[in-house]
Amino acid sequence: MKKISFSLLLISLLSACASDKPADVAQAPAAEAQQPAAQETAPAQQTAQATAPVATDALEDPNSILSKRSAFFDFDKSVVKEEDKPVVQAHGQYLKEHADRTVEVQGNCDERGSSEYNLALGQRRADAVKKMLVVSGAGAKQVTTVSFGEEKPRATGHNEAAWSQNRRADIAYK
Amino acid sequence: MKKYIGNISLVLLMTFALSAHAALDIEITGAGEHQIPVSIVPFAGEDLLSQKISDVIASDLKRSGMFRLVDTAGKTPHETSEVVYADWSAADALTIGSASKLADGRVEVKFRLLDTHKQSQMLGQSVVARMDQVRAIAHRISDLIYEKFTGDAGVFSTRIAYVNKDGGMYRLVVADSDGYGEQSVLTLKHPIMSPSWSPDGSHLAYVTFEQGRAVTYIQSLYTRQRFVLAAFPGSNSSPAWSPDGKQLAIVLTREGNSNIYLVRPDGTGLKRLTYTDAIDTEPSFSPDGRYILFASDRGGSVQIYQMPVDGGFAERLTFEGNNNFSPRYSPDGNGFVYMYSTGGQFYIATMDFQTRQMQVLTDVGWDKKPSFAPNGKIILFATESLGRGILATVSSDGRVKQKMTPQQGDIREPMWGPFLK
Repeated sequence: MKKISFSLLLISLLSACASDKPADVAQAPAAEAQQPAAQETAPAQQTAQATAPVATDALEDPNSILSKRSAFFDFDKSVVKEEDKPVVQAHGQYLKEHADRTVEVQGNCDERGSSEYNLALGQRRADAVKKMLVVSGAGAKQVTTVSFGEEKPRATGHNEAAWSQNRRADIAYK
Repeated sequence: MKKYIGNISLVLLMTFALSAHAALDIEITGAGEHQIPVSIVPFAGEDLLSQKISDVIASDLKRSGMFRLVDTAGKTPHETSEVVYADWSAADALTIGSASKLADGRVEVKFRLLDTHKQSQMLGQSVVARMDQVRAIAHRISDLIYEKFTGDAGVFSTRIAYVNKDGGMYRLVVADSDGYGEQSVLTLKHPIMSPSWSPDGSHLAYVTFEQGRAVTYIQSLYTRQRFVLAAFPGSNSSPAWSPDGKQLAIVLTREGNSNIYLVRPDGTGLKRLTYTDAIDTEPSFSPDGRYILFASDRGGSVQIYQMPVDGGFAERLTFEGNNNFSPRYSPDGNGFVYMYSTGGQFYIATMDFQTRQMQVLTDVGWDKKPSFAPNGKIILFATESLGRGILATVSSDGRVKQKMTPQQGDIREPMWGPFLK
């Protein structure tokens, strides 16, 4: 008997608190979180603003290899593909020449596998790109890494065309 | 009244509102091997309630796959004296009852479970509760009926957690195990991952990206307060509570690759458990607290390993499939459920520790993140239907399957909660 009443009481407590003021609790963290969101979704824009006074910055030249900011990966792999190496190496060289600039390498995965494994794999991809940037001349302190796992896909389809876009590490200038 | 086992008066401290509609559409396929035929007679007076008690009980029992509902043929006895047992011989048991409003606005629900063959009462109970708790009462009645017939505790009163992704919004949701009573615990414009229930059901640990990287939080479901469990440099993810609630296993990349650590719920006492250059992730405590299951690619492919809770030698447990992920112990500790990957598809499978035999339970090919109901009889997982992420369950023998489609959004990362003690 006691068991039932106690369980119901817990349910009611739990439910009560959960619905007490959902709007407040829901909005506060969302509002807090807005700033990083803006940063993440508009890295190109931000870079443009930051470097606007320097008209000759190769980062701004759409014809420069530096306009490419991504390295792509095979399924379940974290080795930078041969065709993307020149891109990563060029950014490594640029960072060497611009010691004041810093980048965040953001590792991503396709949606296959578990979300937690993909979070780990995305980190490994980001680390692989960081390693190549540093080998190419960037200072280790100029490069931070983060993994978004499968949580922030660029393409949303459930097919190889989308997946190949999402197995990616982006070089985001801060 | 004397025939009832007891009379419970509930002290209700706070208000809460139930969702008026189901947040999920439910589709059931398959059936248990030996279904128990039961008749659920509409309760007297239940038309006055927000939910019909007999409907909730019937729906619960049917979803379990263990019961077959026998039509009541329009007969509506509400008291034992009104039951003509000859009318009910097609059923093994019969549930009758009544609901009546009390002067103080509360409702009194009486129910009896009658054995139609022995012509005797199996269960009888009277509960006084607030009007908006009718559904919870019905679930408890379902639990009692289920336990009476199967010997296993019912899980109709337990809750589940999952993430609903709708456009750019992520909601961490707690709902009844049948998908009703959905309540948002947290709403963010950033991904939410890996909800994990504390053993007493009072807290959820989870991962969000609101700080720009994976950070693990703990939130009270009672006070709604939340705090950071781990925000070290790199990813802080995959929280799993120990059975005694005194520590969590967690995955950090602060020292390079993803490795498993232990930490107390207040964020202190960090202790590293794995030391590989591989990915070690998705820890799960054994019910006795002595071992941890996890996924690792230390052997080349991703496989399930088990190690003592203080670290040390990790034994590889899975050898079939290209990769295997997301292990969770069964509540009795005799086996585990995991995501089995072969040919680019993902299925839910179980493995028995003694026989080391695996059993694949699902066939959609996009089945992720399994967790056991606390009675070990049902497995909850995420799958896909018509391009949308949905919840699904499968009985642990693989016979009964259920799909629960949300009215909007994609469902991800489900986790079945514990019994509320």
